[in-house]
Parts: sequence; C-alpha cells; structure tokens
Amino acid sequence: MNETLKVVGLVKEFGSFRAVDNVTFAVKPGEIVGLLGPNGAGKTTTINMILGILEPTAGSIEILSKNLKEHRTEIVKQTNFAAVYAQMPGNLSVYQNLYVFGLLYQVRNLKEKIKSLLLDFDLEAFAKTKAGLLSSGEQTRLNLAKALINEPALLLLDEPTASLDPSVANFIRERIKRRVAETNTAILWTSHNMYEIEAVCDQVLFLSHGKILLTGNPRTLPAEYGKKDLEELFISAAREPLFFEG
Amino acid sequence: MSISRIYAIFIRQIFLYKSNPTRIASTFLWIIIDVILWGFITKYLGSLGKDTFSFVNIILGAIILWGFMTRIEHGLMMAFLEDIWSRNFINYFASPLKISEYLAGLVTTSITTGICGFSVMLLIAGLAFGYNIAKIGLFLLPFLLILFIFGMSMGIFVSALIFRLGPAAEWIGWPIPMVLSVFSGVFYPVSILPKFLQYFSKVVPASYVFESMRAILAGGLLSSLTMNLIISLCLSFIYLLLVYYFFIRVYRYNLKHGTIARFNIE
Repeated sequence: MNETLKVVGLVKEFGSFRAVDNVTFAVKPGEIVGLLGPNGAGKTTTINMILGILEPTAGSIEILSKNLKEHRTEIVKQTNFAAVYAQMPGNLSVYQNLYVFGLLYQVRNLKEKIKSLLLDFDLEAFAKTKAGLLSSGEQTRLNLAKALINEPALLLLDEPTASLDPSVANFIRERIKRRVAETNTAILWTSHNMYEIEAVCDQVLFLSHGKILLTGNPRTLPAEYGKKDLEELFISAAREPLFFEG
Repeated sequence: MSISRIYAIFIRQIFLYKSNPTRIASTFLWIIIDVILWGFITKYLGSLGKDTFSFVNIILGAIILWGFMTRIEHGLMMAFLEDIWSRNFINYFASPLKISEYLAGLVTTSITTGICGFSVMLLIAGLAFGYNIAKIGLFLLPFLLILFIFGMSMGIFVSALIFRLGPAAEWIGWPIPMVLSVFSGVFYPVSILPKFLQYFSKVVPASYVFESMRAILAGGLLSSLTMNLIISLCLSFIYLLLVYYFFIRVYRYNLKHGTIARFNIE
C-alpha cells in the first residue's frame, strides 16, 4: 500500500545548528505514528516542514505520492493539523473560525459540515462564543474540529492533549481514534504523555538531537530494550542517546 | 487563484468589524476629524481671500483624495496586523492559501474600507462645507485609480517590512503617508519645495495627481495633464510590482528561517 506520508533524508539547519538530521520515515493510511523525544529534539521542526511553513535544508517530503515542494497547494488541501501553539484566532467566534477555515480548504456543503463538527466535538453551545473566551479543553476541541474540516488524508497533531485534564484528553483521543477507524486517515502525533502514545499509536519514532534513535511498536519496544514501559525507555533514551545510537 | 480563499481572508476582516464597533470607529474617526478641521480652515482662508480662490474645492478636495489613499494603505496594513495580533500565520500559511490570494484578500478589505471612508468624507464635506467633487470632472477616475494603486503599494510594502522585521516594526506604517505628503504637493504646489526635494516629488505618483487636480480646479487645463497621468500610472504599477516581489521575497526568507512559526517573538 502507498504511504500517505513519506519523508526521506530530511535535514534542517539553522546556521551551524542541525535541528533535524537525516530523518526518514513513512506513515501509511489508517496508521497513527508517534513522534517522541525530549524538548528541542526536532519534533516540531519536522512537523513544520511537513506543514510547509518551514523549508527543509535537504531531503524530500512526499504526501500522497506527490512532492510537497512542487505541489504544495494541491497537497495541503488534503492535510491539516492541530497544535497547542497554534490556536484559532481568539477574536472570532467558534462558528466564524470554522467558516473561514472551511473556505480556505474549499469545503463543500460548508454549513452542514460545520454543524456536524460542532455536534461531534460538543461545541454547539459555544458556536457564537469568541474562541479566546473558551477554556483550554474547548479550544483544543475547536482546533481539532478545524483540523478535520477538510477530512484530511494526513493529520498532524503536535501535543494535542497538552494541558488538558484526563477526561478531556480521553475525549480527544477517542474522537481521533474513531476518525481513523472511519476514514483511514494517517496521523503523525507528538506527545510527552507515554501512556497516551501507548494507547493510540501503532508505531513510534524516538527523536533525539534531530536524529531518529529508535522505531517500533510502542507496546513491545520497551521490552526489546529491557525497560518496563515506554516512559522508562523515553527517560533512558533522552539521558543516554549515545547508548541507543550504536 | 481561488475566489473562495480570497473571500475567506476578506470575510474574516468583516467578522472582526461586525464584532467590535471600535474597529469601525477607527476607520472613520480620523478622516471625519480631518474633513471637519480642514473644512473650517478652508472656510477661514476663504474669508481672508475674499473668494478669489476656491479654497474649499482645492484644499478640501486634496484632503479627501489624500484621505482615500491613506485609508487604502492603512486598511491593508491593519488587516495584516490583525493576523499578527491573533497569531494566525501558522494557521493561514499551513493551509492551501497562496501568498497572492492572501494579498488579494487584504486588498479587497482595504478597497472596502477605503471606499466607505471616501464616501463618508464626501458626504460630510458636501453637507457641511458645500464641497462638490464633481468639479474635478472625469479626471477623478484616473486620479482615484492612481491613488488606489499607490496606496495599495504602500500597504503591501509596509506589511512586507513588518513581516520581515517582526511585530515591533508596526509603527513604521502609520507615519508613511504623512512623510510622503511633504513631497506629494497635497497642501501646496510642488514648485514651493526646494529644488532638491522636487526631485523626490517626481518619483511620487501622488504628486502628479495633486498638481493636475489643482490645475483643473484653477480653471486652466494643464498642458501636460495626459502625460502626467501616464507617468503617474506607470510609476504606481512599477511600485506595485516591486513591492509584490518584495513581499514574496520576505515570505520565502521567513519560510527558510522558520520565522512564520515563531513570528510573534521576533
């Protein structure tokens, strides 16, 4: 089966600093891949390059078998993202935000689509509320509603449940998992919550100093390295990356 | 270019105007004050000149046309600043939106605010001071076109500067029309300026408009009027192309250096 996302030899340098160093991976349709790593490992830089808001120094990004650099607008119509650092404009209402982004992604039957997203993400009561007045849980639900407005083939989620209480985080995870089951969406998911990664991801990539150190199934990977769980493996890999590089 | 995406940029600004009346006030307040202030000044000057010179038509007319151009520039810049203030660049530039569509959306917004402001100025000047813009005649249309293109160029130029230098550079956009008015002959003929400043006037498209307008209202038809308009129109288009290219260059620079993702900390 063709990969939805294929990243080959991706490099990003800022002056003499190499933030992403020869990263190669793929995400298949219906697959959730976790991108893990300590702060500053290069996760967000990688995601920004896949989003097309940061130009790679070297390497290639293919989405749905098309090169991102050459077919950006065409490809981006079929991707979307939600990130904790990219909130919807706070001075527009929930409905207005979804309407504007629906137009940007040229969504058909937009009003119907917005209605179903408001229902799906439990946002109907907030349709006329300005996004800036929402709680962090409600804002995250709005971000996700926007991220799904164009029914993307590839969804990039950068810490989608950061700073949420366990109940809201669980709500978000369930919605996303349901979405993948229904539509075969490919997802690249970053998180610092190892229990979450274990619960939702089919595969994980562990990034440190811009390089991929480990890849594998999050449920079997810890045992392969003699660790009791993913959290222990994360801590070891973050503290002693050289041990895993060999 | 997608009409849907251009409309998205435009409608976002309209939503903002609808949701907060202070935005509407900021669009009209300064130009209303300008018209009233200059209306009374021209009335006073008219009483000194014993009606030998039409101060209302010439000075108030110039203020209204200058106000139109300023509104185009500020309208475009304000729409751009709204996206900075709401940290919206990642959302926009990670979507299928093209830079040309984004700029077209900002221009559509500035046309709307510019025309609204212009209409309000005409209404007040007509009702309160008897000003009649029709006295300029059909030349009003090329005048407005030149000022619109030049205002748009300034707005894109300032937005590109802010895009390159960061939000702290937003102050640059506010005084530019005032600075340019020195060389544009809005309030006085360009010939009043020292010779070396007159050279600057020659590269400011607006100066040709105001020189021509004064000549028409003074009763004489400027012999080089058509040539003036052609030079002015060509200059405006050249500036528009240059600033568009400049904006694209800044966007590509930001794409390379990661500035879009972390714009608000620049």
